[in-house]
Amino acid sequence: MIAGHQRFNPLQRLLHWLMAVCILAMLFIGVGMVSTIMPKYLTLVSIHKPLGIAILVLALIRLAVRLRYGAPSLPADLPEPMKLAAYLSHYALYALMIGMPLIGWAMLSAAEYPVVLYEGIHLPPILPQSESLHTLLWDAHFYLAFAFFALILLHVAAALFHALVRRDGVFDAMASVSIHKEVAPAE
Amino acid sequence: MAQSPARSMLGSLVLIAVIIGGAAAAFAYTAGWFSPQRLTANKLVDAFTPPGGKPPLGHRRNHAKGICFTGMFEANGAGSALSHAQVFTRGQYPALGRFNLGTANPNAPDATVRVRGMGLRISTPDGQEWRTAMINAPVFPVSTPQAFYDLLLASGSKDPNAMKIFAGAHPEIAAFGAWAKNAPWTGSYAEERFNSLNSFIFTDSSGAEHTVRWSLLPAAQVIPISPDDLAKRGPNFLEQEIAQRVHGGPLHWTMVVTVANPGDPTADPSRAWPVDRRTVNVGTLTVQQIEPERNGPCRDINFDPTVLPSGIRTSDDPFPAARSSAYAKSYDRRTAETKYYPRTAAEAQP
Repeated sequence: MIAGHQRFNPLQRLLHWLMAVCILAMLFIGVGMVSTIMPKYLTLVSIHKPLGIAILVLALIRLAVRLRYGAPSLPADLPEPMKLAAYLSHYALYALMIGMPLIGWAMLSAAEYPVVLYEGIHLPPILPQSESLHTLLWDAHFYLAFAFFALILLHVAAALFHALVRRDGVFDAMASVSIHKEVAPAE
Repeated sequence: MAQSPARSMLGSLVLIAVIIGGAAAAFAYTAGWFSPQRLTANKLVDAFTPPGGKPPLGHRRNHAKGICFTGMFEANGAGSALSHAQVFTRGQYPALGRFNLGTANPNAPDATVRVRGMGLRISTPDGQEWRTAMINAPVFPVSTPQAFYDLLLASGSKDPNAMKIFAGAHPEIAAFGAWAKNAPWTGSYAEERFNSLNSFIFTDSSGAEHTVRWSLLPAAQVIPISPDDLAKRGPNFLEQEIAQRVHGGPLHWTMVVTVANPGDPTADPSRAWPVDRRTVNVGTLTVQQIEPERNGPCRDINFDPTVLPSGIRTSDDPFPAARSSAYAKSYDRRTAETKYYPRTAAEAQP
């Protein structure tokens, strides 16, 4: 980790907030589409697939950027269990951002569904047809989606705790604009 | 504004709890957890199994009895005037399909099932697919997916008046009822006409759109048979017959696309379009080989009618969306139940 900087760089912040919108939309679309048989089912499914691939691409870019530029260090006075929770939850978030689209793609492949991104534009299968793999991947996609949402809630709660209660600069490190004028870099 | 630090911290914690709780509630609402009335794929698929009955584990939840076929679709090029999909360009494209009976019982005797169907997948070199699932009835029993769900509940109900009450509320079922009662039965899948019933939109190369339905018309001569005579031939006569017939030579169906006029009931598959509508003969389906479903190539294909190539899309007909969602649910369930319908060892993959 590169020491000294207090905030994620602008590209990292942009990717974070863009993906936040995409992933939240994705999770709501996911639970919404499987709970309806109305025509909006098809509309939601047709958004879910390309959006999932977009998230996969963004997540891979983000991982590369993170490996290149690192992250600001956590406050020294943060209790060890909270530090551990921060590290583990960030690993889990990256794993889900990259894993969920791959699981979805593999699940469609295993069921021999075409993976259509847009009219006439499709991706190749990444697995052969297989009932057992389809079942395994379907279960994983379903349960991990709820785990993903729960983790995001935890992430938001922690971010707000840093911003409102601890006021330790952790939130400002990712905020698009600095909320505490005193830590904002000089113009 | 002077505030004690403890109070301000409490306020912050409450705010965080409200935000997180609100997000969780919005998620649960979207998932339908607060809307037990919402018609879901789970409910629709469950309704095929009558109360107290057992679902056909490992099998499709409806159209559970069937047999696979392979063959080809030969496009004559005429369909290109309606849709730019490659499948209508003059040429031959591999086809995979399934003849089936409209029943939730994979062991139902043939003569007890009125509706016969065909699932079909045509693949084109551009990597696209056209999947369709058709039946021999000329119209669908009801106008909306909700009415179809209500029909399933009524037909599974113990109340002797349930169907009468349903028919009173859904008079459109009369057309289907008249067909079921009066149309001749046949003794072969080869003699059946299969109809898309749902409408779809074809887009031609100029971008013009045409709302259409399609049918496969059998080349074989139709020889009517009474259900009683069919019953005498055995409970699985149709599968034996089609296997034998195809063994003797390939079978053919002509694919005919019917184009709606403005104002035709495109959203309602219970209503036929007037007979004078423009029809285009777009090609011929040839069935070349029959294989039992258990180890056959159609077994794990979901003939989802919304898997469409560029040039064909869904219309204002609400059924394809409902079918897609229910078929996927049926697929998810049966593929998780293979132990109840195992492939036979001799032909299992090494």
